[in-house]
Amino acid sequence: MNISNSIVEQAADATARSTPVSVARRVRGLSDSAIAWVFIAPAITLLLAINIFPLIWAIYLSFTNYRANRPNAAVEGVGLRNYERVLTDPDIWQAMQTTAHFVFWTIILQTVIGFTLAYLIDRKFRGHAFWTTIILIPMMLSPAVVGNFWRFLYEPQIGLFAYAVSWLSGIPTSDIRMLGDVSLAPWAIIIVDTWMWTPYVMLICLAGLRSIPDYIYEAAEVDRASAWRQFWSITVPMALPFIMLAVLFRGIENFKMFDMVTLLTGGGPGSVTEVASITLKRAAFESWATGRASAFAIILFVAVFGLANIYVKALNKVKQR
Amino acid sequence: MQKKSKALLGLASALMLSSALPNLAKADELTLCWAAWDPANALVELSKDFTAKTGTTMKFEFVPWTNYADRFLNELNSHGKLCDLIIGDSQWIGGSAENGHYVKLNDFFDKEGIKMDDFVPATVVGYSEWPKNTPNYWALPAMGDVVGWTYRKDWFERPELKTEFKEKYGWDLAAPKTYDQLKQVAEFFQKREIDGKTVYGASIYTERGSEGITMGVTNVLYSWGFQYEDPKKPYEMEGIVNSAEAIKGLEFYKSLYDCCTPPGSSNVYMVESADAFKSGQVAMQMNFAFTWPGLYKDEKVGGDKIGFFPNPAEKAHFAQLGGQGISVVSYSDKKDAALQYIKWFAQPDVQAKWWELGGFSCLNSVVKAPGFATSQPYAQAFLDSMAIVKDFWAEPSYATLLQDMQKRVHNYVVAGNGTAQEALDGLVEDWTEVFKDDGKI
Repeated sequence: MNISNSIVEQAADATARSTPVSVARRVRGLSDSAIAWVFIAPAITLLLAINIFPLIWAIYLSFTNYRANRPNAAVEGVGLRNYERVLTDPDIWQAMQTTAHFVFWTIILQTVIGFTLAYLIDRKFRGHAFWTTIILIPMMLSPAVVGNFWRFLYEPQIGLFAYAVSWLSGIPTSDIRMLGDVSLAPWAIIIVDTWMWTPYVMLICLAGLRSIPDYIYEAAEVDRASAWRQFWSITVPMALPFIMLAVLFRGIENFKMFDMVTLLTGGGPGSVTEVASITLKRAAFESWATGRASAFAIILFVAVFGLANIYVKALNKVKQR
Repeated sequence: MQKKSKALLGLASALMLSSALPNLAKADELTLCWAAWDPANALVELSKDFTAKTGTTMKFEFVPWTNYADRFLNELNSHGKLCDLIIGDSQWIGGSAENGHYVKLNDFFDKEGIKMDDFVPATVVGYSEWPKNTPNYWALPAMGDVVGWTYRKDWFERPELKTEFKEKYGWDLAAPKTYDQLKQVAEFFQKREIDGKTVYGASIYTERGSEGITMGVTNVLYSWGFQYEDPKKPYEMEGIVNSAEAIKGLEFYKSLYDCCTPPGSSNVYMVESADAFKSGQVAMQMNFAFTWPGLYKDEKVGGDKIGFFPNPAEKAHFAQLGGQGISVVSYSDKKDAALQYIKWFAQPDVQAKWWELGGFSCLNSVVKAPGFATSQPYAQAFLDSMAIVKDFWAEPSYATLLQDMQKRVHNYVVAGNGTAQEALDGLVEDWTEVFKDDGKI
């Protein structure tokens, strides 16, 4: 009895020692909230330094004629001139259209294929774990590796892709110029992005499918609902928030698509695959039109932020249903 | 125990400091920045003599061509101290001079007796002067380079091909002298079966991302009569850049791309072009002269199998200048030592060794030496090419001007959008806007 009492007392002492009050006492009268701030401050400082400050600085620069390669030149305010030039530049509108085209098709393809794969994997057939691993491989590769790898696959003379298409269609391999043909080059990039990121969508959809309780299907079975009816009335609605989440993530990511396009086509042929991020990079770090590039970046930021917010509200509504 | 630990810690710190301090104070080490390519390796070899003579250790910062401009222009714009010496691209001169990145070398040259007259005139204008054609020097010509051609001499010498070619075109199959001849040769070889393999006519520059297609198409444009501006009215480009001759030149380049390049040639620059040649895919290859020593040494296509020729002529005769000058970075803490390196590098015997090792010297005493033209199989083609060079804009806004040309030309030549007239009219509009932004017009 005495022994257990002493254990309880020791535990109580230990608990008391580890309470914030005791910690505060040790650091000479600091309050709990002060200590909390001490711990949080580095993270907040870092966040301010690498996120908030650059954003505010970019907003400021977007109203100036500043050029990063001419640091000694006088910086003058130009009002809304940079915004006006960006919004009236046909090349930028072309790049925005190209970006929208990529985002639209990659999302459609990745969602349809990703959900289908998740649905199949969720059936838990023999060897499903093995196939899941195989499907996930592209997602785990570096975009640089994927870009170079597919550049060789698309090569008209030695590329496997050209051989496969030629074998299926009878078109000579030398005529299958995926990266050099104006009409094919955008699709070449969409195919690679879909190949690489469909597994990601599949993973999220799989999580959604696994979260649906079995008893709902059991109840549907009791009600003699057909498999088709179960799919449309249970599976799709309950997995929808997850699908929408995947669409949100992929949409934001593909809006910023840069590496894959650079590696595969460099924006060509002509400017057919020049997406917004490449145009922005050229303006900022090749032309050094820092002020104008900042204005373009802010416009892109507002567009993505605004669209994402609208989308998140829709997502929340779907979740609440 | 605690005291012992503290003592040990103190001792370790003291040791670390004592070993670090001499390095911090060391001023006899120079960092030279350049692109990562064969001539850079030759320079490493050459610089060993400088170290042996002066005791100054040379460090090298070499960056692949794809990142070369991004990396080093960022370094200069941020006033970085990484590079004491930089071998910067010829187009950087204007911006680097006006923005104070490079040390002006006039006084140093005067003091050390280094004369610009001793160097090939085109390289002085191209690599050293800003404003152009004025005696204001920001670099010492370091690596002469120019676009020219290599061809499969062994294929050209095959009797059956020679006969067939002569019958078809009425002249002997040989290195072409005009662009029309070049196209005929390219057409002759296009999709021809040689040693059981399908080969193609020519590899030409078509790269979109950096400067590739501009460095290719300008060769042809110049030879058709294209000029950047009215010689009498600076920055006046209407009717000059988009002259009838320039339009014909651009149409020719597109026709060459359409008729005679290997499939999948939509994004070709230096490396891809050399690869097409090395893999035995093409009869002729457009490329900068710096690739020639490596190609000549190649076991499969080099030696007796390779030939070299300068750009063909048409109405005029020009070649796109490449190459670079060596400059002292004004943010360096070791400017004096860097200047000593330039002084050493400018010496005739060092320049002669530079050529022997695979670098392309710009010093007259080297390139005009009796025996130079026969010193290497490509020496004559290099000399002939350097005599006809012309360079892209070297304005501070050259990068924007370059991007505009990349976009317009690639859109027409590779993507097949619009006409040559539209492409060059658009280019005049783009360039006019750039110069208006710069306050030059």
